[in-house]
This record gives sequence, structure tokens and C-alpha cells, in this order.
Amino acid sequence: MKSPRSPWIVSGILLVLLLVLVFASLCAGRVWTPWSAWVSHEDPRWAIVFGLRLPRTTLAILVGGALGLSGAALQGYTRNPLADPAALGVSASAALGAVLTLYLGAAGEASWTLPLAAMIGAGLGVAALLALSGVTSSIVTFLLAGFVIQTVCGSAIALALNLAPNPWSVNEIVNWLMGSLADRSVEEVRLAAPGVIAGGLLLLTLGRSLDALTLGEQGARSLGVDLSRTRLLMAVGVAVAVGSSVAVTGVISFVGLITPHLLRPLLGSRPSALLAPSFLGGAALTLAADILVRMTPAASEVKLSVAMAALGGPFFLAMLISMRRRLA
Amino acid sequence: MSLQAQDIALSFGDQPILRRITAAFDKGRVIAIVGPNGAGKSTLLACLAGLLKPDAGAAILDGRPVAALPGRLRARRIAFLAQTPEIAWDVDVRAFIGLGRTPHLGAFGPSDGDRAAIEAAIAAAGLEAFADRPVTRMSGGERARALIARALAGETDWLLADEPLTGLDPGHALDALALFRRLAHDRGKGVIVTLHDLNLAARFADRVLVLNDGTLAIDAAPEVALTPKILSEVYGVLIRRHAGEIGPLIEVLGRAG
Repeated sequence: MKSPRSPWIVSGILLVLLLVLVFASLCAGRVWTPWSAWVSHEDPRWAIVFGLRLPRTTLAILVGGALGLSGAALQGYTRNPLADPAALGVSASAALGAVLTLYLGAAGEASWTLPLAAMIGAGLGVAALLALSGVTSSIVTFLLAGFVIQTVCGSAIALALNLAPNPWSVNEIVNWLMGSLADRSVEEVRLAAPGVIAGGLLLLTLGRSLDALTLGEQGARSLGVDLSRTRLLMAVGVAVAVGSSVAVTGVISFVGLITPHLLRPLLGSRPSALLAPSFLGGAALTLAADILVRMTPAASEVKLSVAMAALGGPFFLAMLISMRRRLA
Repeated sequence: MSLQAQDIALSFGDQPILRRITAAFDKGRVIAIVGPNGAGKSTLLACLAGLLKPDAGAAILDGRPVAALPGRLRARRIAFLAQTPEIAWDVDVRAFIGLGRTPHLGAFGPSDGDRAAIEAAIAAAGLEAFADRPVTRMSGGERARALIARALAGETDWLLADEPLTGLDPGHALDALALFRRLAHDRGKGVIVTLHDLNLAARFADRVLVLNDGTLAIDAAPEVALTPKILSEVYGVLIRRHAGEIGPLIEVLGRAG
């Protein structure tokens, strides 16, 4: 077995990678914007770089980071390498909140109604999760509660589509559900940033409790870890970070699942060592995927969530097969 | 400096598990809790470790209820080895043993003192050669030692182990018990273990508590507690005690009656 590298070194490498990707992200797209276009205000491409691509890039980092970090924290908490934010039902309940505003046609009235509804949805999802799983519940009931919420929200979204008053609102809902970073502005960055940063910081404090959970729930408690507090902080952190991400980009799956997996061979399995690098890794992964999406020569841009699923599906399958082989 | 069970009663639902148990434990000794399945051994140990809160009565550590201690303080005093220990992630042995330092860690991660305690625990369990190996790929005996070392790393006064010999071969079981005795007699720790093997309890414990259906049948030195009369009553089996090679040998002849 390779000895795990220091999280600081890996974080440093990921940061450099992220900076390279940021540079590429500002250059790449339908219109190629070389360095010269960045410095001159007269160049019409200046607006593309700073008006369109900079917000889009920032958003990719925030949302990808939130998903990667939430995935690492959830996997640590559930001791299950297949857990991700969707497992808690947070993405689904946030999406339901957003879909309801689209369905009721309230989204057109003010730009903040949809994100707000998504965050409220995420908050309610977490409240339902805590209520369903109880105070002293085990991780199994926690996961099952998340699964129930996810299923209920999925059905409610399907119902909204089913009963939609006209094809345009169906179109609008479906379009929004497929997560994307296209056409996002500084406005969306402003909406997502506080939640991602606050939720992310909350999750970063959980490293030691997650490490102690390596010994199981009883083991962690015997080491003085307050599990109900850990669970509450975890749920709030994930809800706030993922809720505000889903609010501005729609549902993007697999980032939370894949990122910790790609990092484990480098960093080892200790949950605390994976948290901060998973933020950087998730950001890099999402940004790289978004650059690829922008470069695809298609009449309409491929949605980021579709590209992610195309990448994540086979990855998930390969992981399942290798896990089965290990268990066999 | 003592740990006491003070009139502890606990039920799961309407099923009483412990019915008013009172016992005092002292440091520097190995104390074994024995009894049939479902007698309440593990439940009593979990109450003493502060992991379960009794319905009535309390576990008292140096005059204060264990359940009222903040988790971190409690964990610095009492180490607990679970019966079915879970090792969720494939970390190396040193990192795994380092988890025992969790209640001591300061804001900036492990200090020199923490690292020294981890190395001392590795040495005490004789795991120097395994320290960099992944813990999930150790054999049962090595893993049992790693789990004990994890508990030692916390440098607690008390070590409470719930059936630590489960799945160990005779050699490794002897090693583990010898280690418990050294910890109690040489380092003055209080060691409380639940055991199923009556012969090992007779040979290694300084004191034996026999539990029967949630009550304390007897609390005494092994030669007094583990008599054929008491054991056949509690376990419902016929028992004879022979003079063995190194001490008494408890032989189970068959079901009583």
C-alpha cells in the first residue's frame, strides 16, 4: 500500500490544477479569448471574459466545491463510500422547492424567488430528515430517512410535471432540473457564495468526529464525540452548502460521489484528510467538465449535469464491480 | 479514585436488563464480569463507560455520575473496547491507534505528547512491526492487539473491554489477558472485562462479578465466586472443579436437571 500523502501537499497540487483550469475556463468557449483580450477594455471580448466567464467559473468552483466537500463529509459520516448529497435527499428537496416556484409561475416575478425557494426546500428536507431519523438514531435510519425524502420529492416533482398547465412550464422545469452553469451572472454568484462558504466551513470542523466514527458509533461515543451534535452540524452544513448550490445551478449529480474516490488513493481513507482536498477536487472536476461542455460542437450546449452523469454513471458501475470483487 | 455502580437499573422497553446492581471497582486490578448470555454483562459495562444512561441509579466516577461528565473529559478517564469493534476505513495501524488520542487533541492536531503516547501504545501491544500496515488487512490476533493499543493510546485510568477475547485463539487470548494484567498490576489501571471463558476468568481475574438475569449473584475473588454451586445455579449446568496443572480447572459436565 502506498503511504498517504500529506493533505497540504495534495491541496497545493489541486490548487495549482484549479488555477490552470480557471485560466483555461476564462479563455475557452465558443469565442476564444486570448490574454490580449483581457487587458484592453476596448476589446469586445473583455465583456465575455469578465461579464460571462468569470461568474461562470466562480460558480463552478463554489458549486463543485460544495458538492465535493459534502460528499466527503457524508461518506465519512455514513462510513459508506457510495454516499453523496443526493443520499440525504437534500438535492431533491431543494429541487422541489425550485420546481414549485416554476410551476406556480412565481419565478418570473423576482430573480430571488427561485433560489430562496430552493434553500427553503433544502432546509425543510433537513428538518424532515432530523424528524424522521430521530434524536438517537443510527446511521442506517439516517440514510433510510434520506432515501424516503428523496423518493417523496422525486414523486412530487413528477407530479408537478404531470399537472403542468402548459408545455412551456414543463419545458422550463425540465430545463432547470438539468443542472447547468450556462448564462449565470454575478447575481447567481452572490446568491450561492454565502451559503457555500458558511456550510463549507461548518463541514470542515467535523474532521475529528468523522475520524472517530471509523470505530463505529459506539466507538466514537466512547472517544467523547457527541454524535447528535455531529449529525446536526453535518445536516445543516450539507443543507446550506448544497441547497444554495442547487438553487443557482439545478441538480448536478456524481461530483460528491466521485471526488472523494479519486482522492483516496492519494490521501488514504482518513475522513478528515479528505475534507478540504475534496472541496478543491470537486471544484476542479466541475470546472473541467464545464469547460468540456462549452467546447462540444453542438447546436445547443450539452447540460453540465448530463455530461456529469455520462461520466459518473460508468464510474459508479466500475466502483460497484470492484467493491463486489473485494467483498467476494 | 474509584468507579462504582450505584443501584443501577435499566430496561429496554419493558424488558428489565439490569435490576439494581451495586458494586465498587478499584484500580490496579483486573475485574472480570461473567454470566450467561443476556445476563446484562455488556449493558452493565456500557453503563460504567457512560455510553448508556441507567433508568435508575448511576455509574459514579470519583464521586460524580459518569453520564453527567462532558464526553471529552469522560473519554480521557475511561477507555472502552466494544464487543463487535467496527473498523470502517482502511487506515494504517498508527493512524488507527492515534484515534485513541481524540479526547486529548488540541486545536492544532497531535502534539509531541500525543505522538509519544501513540508510540508507547504501539510498543505496549508489541505492534512495532505492523505500525505502517493497513489495519483491515491484519489477522484477528493482530487486530485485537491494535484495538487494545487504540484504547491504551488514550492514557486513561480505566479500561473497560466488552468480550475482548471473542474470536481469539488460545495463544492470543493469553497474550491479551497478560497485557490486561500488566496494565492493572504494573501501571495501576482499573481493568474491567466481560468474559465467557470461566477458566480464563478464574486464572487471570483478581476479582469476579457473576451476573445472573440482571442481578449480581456474587462479587468476590475467583476461587470464591466461581464455585460449582454458584455456577451451576447461574448457568443451569453441572460443573466440577478440578485441580489443574496451574490452577483450578472448571469442567462443564452437562445441562443441570
